Amino acid sequence: MSKKIYITGLGIISAIGNNVEETLDFLTKKKSGVSSLDNIVSRYQHQLPVGEVKASNDELKKLAGVEHLPDNTRTTYLGIIAAKEAVKNAGISNMKEYRTGLISATSVGGMGITENLWFDYLNPEKTGEWLRYIETHECGDSTESIAESVGATDYVSTISTACSSSANSIMFGARLIKHGIVDRVVVGGTDSLSRFTINGFMTLMILDNEHCKPFDAERKGLNLGEGAGFIVLESEEAAKGKTILAELSGYGNSNDAYHQTASSPDGAGAYLAMEKAFKVSGLKPENISYINAHGTGTAINDLSEGTAITRMFGKNVPFISSTKAYTGHTLGACGGIEAVFSVLAINHNTVFPNLNYKNQMPEVEFTPTTELLSNQKIDHVLSNSFGFGGNTSALIFSRHN
Amino acid sequence: MEAYINGLSVISPQNTFNNSDFLSEPVVHTTNYLSCIEPSYKEYLNPTLARRMARIIKMGIAASNICMKDANIEMPDAIITGTALGCLEDTEKFLWAIIENEEQFLTPTSFIQSTHNTVSAQIALQLKCMNYNFTYVHKGFSFESALLDSLMTIAEGEAKNVLTGAHDEMTEKYYKVCDRIAYWKKEEVSTFDLINSKTKGSIAGEGAAFFMLGAEKNEHTYAKIRGLKTIYKPENTADVQKHIHQLLAEKGLTADDIDVVIYGINGDSQYDHVYYELKDSLFNNATATYFKHLCGEYQTASSFAMWIASMMLKKQTIPSAILIGDDKRKPIKNVLIYNTFLTIDHSVFLLSAC
Repeated sequence: MSKKIYITGLGIISAIGNNVEETLDFLTKKKSGVSSLDNIVSRYQHQLPVGEVKASNDELKKLAGVEHLPDNTRTTYLGIIAAKEAVKNAGISNMKEYRTGLISATSVGGMGITENLWFDYLNPEKTGEWLRYIETHECGDSTESIAESVGATDYVSTISTACSSSANSIMFGARLIKHGIVDRVVVGGTDSLSRFTINGFMTLMILDNEHCKPFDAERKGLNLGEGAGFIVLESEEAAKGKTILAELSGYGNSNDAYHQTASSPDGAGAYLAMEKAFKVSGLKPENISYINAHGTGTAINDLSEGTAITRMFGKNVPFISSTKAYTGHTLGACGGIEAVFSVLAINHNTVFPNLNYKNQMPEVEFTPTTELLSNQKIDHVLSNSFGFGGNTSALIFSRHN
Repeated sequence: MEAYINGLSVISPQNTFNNSDFLSEPVVHTTNYLSCIEPSYKEYLNPTLARRMARIIKMGIAASNICMKDANIEMPDAIITGTALGCLEDTEKFLWAIIENEEQFLTPTSFIQSTHNTVSAQIALQLKCMNYNFTYVHKGFSFESALLDSLMTIAEGEAKNVLTGAHDEMTEKYYKVCDRIAYWKKEEVSTFDLINSKTKGSIAGEGAAFFMLGAEKNEHTYAKIRGLKTIYKPENTADVQKHIHQLLAEKGLTADDIDVVIYGINGDSQYDHVYYELKDSLFNNATATYFKHLCGEYQTASSFAMWIASMMLKKQTIPSAILIGDDKRKPIKNVLIYNTFLTIDHSVFLLSAC
């Protein structure tokens, strides 16, 4: 069984680019992708700031290279685009060479279509070819289309633990390799914006009507986003002779068990998740060069996470930033997207800034990094993801020597 | 990877939740929409809390509660669940409100409870359990993924007792929606006629099942889980057989060592041939049983089959309600479950007596 988990490929699409190269350009130029909601017909169209991928479903279908297949959901297209890029980046040409799986994650799966057709589904007088969309509602449906698009079907599954979904997908994939169930696995997540999600977060009153300001004392809430991020994990055997981008050295999962939607003020679950990730990796807090925080920009998350980080790192918090102000909060996809950012940080010796930050939070000991820092030695990156239902996860990405 | 089943509970369309009866008097359903026989929730939930909870959340919490009592475990080291459709009732409620009220006058309760991880989160919240917590949502692999993760967690030494479950509910609306893509039979079929049905479609079901998986055997143990395999879109029955042979060989077994097979036969003339091909070839000498006539078809129905397998191995009896043909072999040492959802997601479980 493989002791090490190697990362050999990255794939991403979000409001800051349709691939890794475009994404890196936005990140280094400090350009946010948050703008007004355009693609979804909604009461909030052209008003609400969101991290939207500026392409129609038809354009995404083309970009995904699946014009020959029946129309699918936006969630599926985003996933296919990112997964294909990750597999290509990993230089995998023969899928049959090793047992390869695909684990995806999503919060609402095919809801973007269900919410448009729901009343028609229920009306027996209306009928048409569109009835086949019923099957795209289930979270697992997008995963199967993504897995087939890259031919990785030796183990297929989907995780939904709200905003920690794709961090958990990465963790599960790594363990599948360690247990010898697969040799390689494409892991990450995908979520598209939907009226369901937008209105859900509206009722919770945690959306900022301007650009979000993670870790700012005057933060007002989050901006929603959409996108997909996938990475390719390989066993030591499968990765032999290949370019290794980084290692997944640690992971931890726990539950805050405090409230269905709100994080505990002391960040107990977050602390436990980080502690477990350190245990798996054998690393200590002082080894971490950069924390890519969950940092949504809500009053509660940033306090909870900030408190947990302060408890874990004391006065020696390393470089820390939330990249949510670039992409918006991409929910089930954020762990995958931020895994790509974490590996890029290691490969490019760079810390990506926490945009829109001005005022120090009085409750925490650290100040987020607000400028692009290049030529830094980034050896170990801690990436946090927390979700509704108290699900808290932490991943550690490390430089491969 | 192996683990012991040290406690269980399933809320199903049969009288199953308190484990006192093993399908000796099956409830005969004459419609194609089977609903669960639910316990009185007062014993398991604070009534004030229960009033705000959707049915599936109550079913999940009650089933997990009964399971923990059955295993005499108060705090599991991990909570891992599978659900294909999550919390449908709340999802539909919020969806309806958005469309009907044109995105105005909405309240958060149904949105909050609509997320797929609500049940495992609520169990953690009730128990104040901060341990590992996961929810898998992959169609006919939802429960199977949860079970695999549980086995891995035990093998890693990270947990001694894992609360593993599956839950899926059917709603009137979703029944109608799935009916439009021919999931269900057009004619009403009674429980014991399902197996002889020659028409397309199945009958709808639902359920919430929980198991306490343990690293060690104890006085509560029902059976041992020895292996699990999922197969995505196998090419043909020969491909399925290859995977079953592989799983058995890993355990030093052959098809002849299997005493009972539990098939996911659901009366759908398009798909049931997969089961009969296995029954008449590989497992010609084993006792054949089936279960979906009792619980209906749903993505996590294999969890109901695992309850049956566990009870069967502990009690060493096979209820006549599930037999296809003769009860051929005693004692029952090895039970295999073979299930598929729409012949896309296929799964094989191997359980043995302790």
